[in-house]
Amino acid sequence: MLEGVYRVLSDAIYFNLIREDRYMLFVNGLKVSIQLTVFAAIIGVIIGLLMAIAKLTNNKILNRIATAYTDVIRGTPSVVQLIVIYYAILGSSQLPKLLVASLAFGINSGAYVTELIRAGIQAVDKGQMEAARSLGLSYSQAMRYVIVPQAIKNILPALVSEFIVLLKETAVAGYIALDDLTRAGTIVRGRTFDPYTPFILVALIYLYITSMLTAFMGRLERRLRQSD
Amino acid sequence: MIKVVDLHKSFGDLEVLKGINTEIRKGEVVCVIGASGSGKSTFLRCLNLLEEPTKGEIYIDGISLMEHKKDINKLRQKVGMVFQQFNLFPHMTVLENIMLAPVKVKKMPEEEARRKAIELLRKVGLSDKDNVYPSQLSGGQKQRVAIARALAMDPEVMLFDEPTSALDPEMVGEVLAVMKQLAMEGMTMVVVTHEMGFAREVGDRILFMDEGVILEEGTPEELFGNPKKERTRAFLSKVL
Ligand SMILES: Nc1ncnc2c1ncn2[C@@H]1O[C@H](COP(=O)(O)OP(=O)(O)O)[C@@H](O)[C@H]1O
Ligand SMILES: [Mg+2]
Repeated sequence: MLEGVYRVLSDAIYFNLIREDRYMLFVNGLKVSIQLTVFAAIIGVIIGLLMAIAKLTNNKILNRIATAYTDVIRGTPSVVQLIVIYYAILGSSQLPKLLVASLAFGINSGAYVTELIRAGIQAVDKGQMEAARSLGLSYSQAMRYVIVPQAIKNILPALVSEFIVLLKETAVAGYIALDDLTRAGTIVRGRTFDPYTPFILVALIYLYITSMLTAFMGRLERRLRQSD
Repeated sequence: MIKVVDLHKSFGDLEVLKGINTEIRKGEVVCVIGASGSGKSTFLRCLNLLEEPTKGEIYIDGISLMEHKKDINKLRQKVGMVFQQFNLFPHMTVLENIMLAPVKVKKMPEEEARRKAIELLRKVGLSDKDNVYPSQLSGGQKQRVAIARALAMDPEVMLFDEPTSALDPEMVGEVLAVMKQLAMEGMTMVVVTHEMGFAREVGDRILFMDEGVILEEGTPEELFGNPKKERTRAFLSKVL
C-alpha cells in the first residue's frame, strides 16, 4: 500500500519535474511571472499616483478623466483588458510581449492603486490640512510635509496586498502566449498527460510567494503602527 | 488691525453668518461667547479664510482678504490659529512641529528655527519635551505645543477656537495661564471660549453671538454685569 503511494509520487515527480529538465519550465515561468508582476506594479504605482492626484484636485476635467479610468478598469475583467490592449492597441507594434503585458497589467492595477491612495489620503484627519494651511503652508507644501507622510502609513500595507492580487492576476498572461508560471503548468501537462500534478506544483509556488508577501505585510503594518 | 464688514457665510442653503460687523484693535483681547451652533467657529475660520465668506469684507492691516486670495499664504502668516482638537502633526516631534512653518514658509535657517522653537517651548513651560512625539503628551501639553507652533510664525493676531474644550478639567488651567501671559505681553487675540472666568478676567471686550450675528458686545463689566438683551441674559444664566 505505502509502496504504491511512493511509486505514484516518485513517478509524478520524475515525469513532471525531472525528465527533460521539465523543472526548468516552472523556473522560467516563475521568472516571467515575477518580472511581469514587478514591472506591472511599478507602472501601476506611477499611474495610481498620477490618477489619485487627478482625482483629488479641484480640476473638473482631471476629476472626470480619473473617474472614467477607474470606473472602466474596475468594471471590466482583467483578461478582457489584457486581450484588448494586446491585440487592438499594442499587438501590431514590435514591442516585446513581456513589456506589452506589463503595461496591460499596470494599467489594470493602476486603477486599484488610485483608489487605495485616494482613500489613504482622505483618511488623514482634515484638521491636519487646516492646521498646516493656517500656518501659511501652501496646499502642495501641506500635502508634502503633513498629509502624505501620514497617508503612507495607510497606503503601504494596502499596496502590498494589491501586489499579491496582481501576482495572481498575471496567471492569465497565457492568453497572449506569454510563458508565465501558470502556462508552464499547461505545457508540462501537455507532455505528461498528468492532469493534476503540474497545477498542484504551480499552486504551491504561488502560495509560497504570496504567503511570504503576506508575512511581510504583517511586519510592515506592525512597524508603521509602532511609530505612531 | 482686523476689520470685518457685513460678513456673511452660507453652507448651501444654511446661512450661518448673517452680517457680522466688528473691529479688532491691536493689543486687544476679544472673547467670543454664545451657544453652540451660533456661528462662532465659522466666524473665526473666516478670519484666516479657512472658510470662504459668501459676502462681505475682511481687512487685516487695511488689506482686503477677499481681494488678495492669491496671497493668502502670506496673509495667514500674520494670523496664528489654535484649534479645539490641537491638530498637532503626529508624525513629527514637538520640535519639528514648531519648526516646520518657519523653515518651509519663511525659509528660516534650521538652526535659527530650532533655537526659536526651544525658546517658545520654554515659554509655554515644556522645555523638556522637545524630542517627544505628540502622542506622548497630555491634552494640556498638546495644546501648549500648538500655541508655541502658532507663535513660531510671529503672528500679529492669534485666533483660539475653544482651546480648552477638549481638555480634562485639571488641564484647563495650564493652557489658560499661557494664554493669559500672552495677553499680558500685548498679543492681539480673538478667543472663542466657554470659560467665562477667563473672558471676564482677560477679555477687553466680549462679543455675544447668537444665530449668526453679534447680538451684543461690550466690556466684561457691561456684558456680564448688565446684559441688555433678553437672549444674552438667558445664555449667561445658563453658563454662569
Ligand atoms: N462645513 C460645514 N458645512 C455645513 N454646515 C456647517 C459647516 N460648518 C459649520 N456648519 C454649521 O454652521 C452652524 C454654525 O457652526 P459653528 O460655526 O461651528 O458654530 P459654533 O462654533 O458657534 O458652535 C452649525 O449649524 C453647523 O452645523
Ligand atoms: Mg465651534
